[in-house]
Amino acid sequence: MAAVQREVALQEKRELSPAQERTEAAKFYSPYTDIYETKDAVIVTMEVPGVAKPDIDIRLEKSQLTITSNIDSKRYETLEPIYAEYNVGNFVRSFTLSTKIDSNSIAASVADGVLTVRLPKAAEPIAKRIALD
Amino acid sequence: MVLRMRDPFAALLAVQRAMDNATRSDWFGTLTGGRGAYPPVNVFEENGDFVLVAELPGVKKEDLDIQVKGDTVRVHGKKTVEYADDASVHRRERVGGEFDRTLTLPAQIDVAKVTADYRDGVLTLRLPRAESEKPRSVTIN
Repeated sequence: MAAVQREVALQEKRELSPAQERTEAAKFYSPYTDIYETKDAVIVTMEVPGVAKPDIDIRLEKSQLTITSNIDSKRYETLEPIYAEYNVGNFVRSFTLSTKIDSNSIAASVADGVLTVRLPKAAEPIAKRIALD
Repeated sequence: MVLRMRDPFAALLAVQRAMDNATRSDWFGTLTGGRGAYPPVNVFEENGDFVLVAELPGVKKEDLDIQVKGDTVRVHGKKTVEYADDASVHRRERVGGEFDRTLTLPAQIDVAKVTADYRDGVLTLRLPRAESEKPRSVTIN
């Protein structure tokens, strides 16, 4: 850990580019994500502030991992905005997984607006030596 | 040569006006923690109370310190982004560090009635106006 703590830099929320646009009438943002690898797993951490656990949808189709996190926009309905610095919207992001992931034991958790998805590495296929007759 | 002030009142008024504009200006304009600082905030109004909302993903509740005094709110804390020791990082977009932002609201706050809620990485501060700021209807004799 560095002795001198940096000040947090402001990161503007990234809205999805038109190529990824969706048909729903809601704003979609690309969440800030860290991906790192340990000995036995690939770990994805994603910032999804304002999203409750039941509103996170993690889907794996073939090797495409798509994480959609929907915010509860109802909480803003009774409020009258008077000053704004950021906008709110849902979060969506897709990743292509390498085949080395054991897709049956993917685990996810969310805490303080940060989603952590653990993608365990599949056991390395055992090299087979083929004996000649 | 006699130096004469052309119009002392004009100078004084200009200074006074500039100072009034600065102190009475819109949201947070003149403060150190003005626009562009972390965390960005949204302010709403509900039944005359201010509701300040800030997204602080990755900030733990115990690392968050909120102070309210008069018409200023200070949000101060630390955001930690951690990796396992043996990790090799493929993609790094999240940033951690300390933050300290002071905001001035356009009205005095009733400090005793301020409530804070921190859920799913979103801080919601409910800041009721002080009694002295509320309009009072005057009965005509």
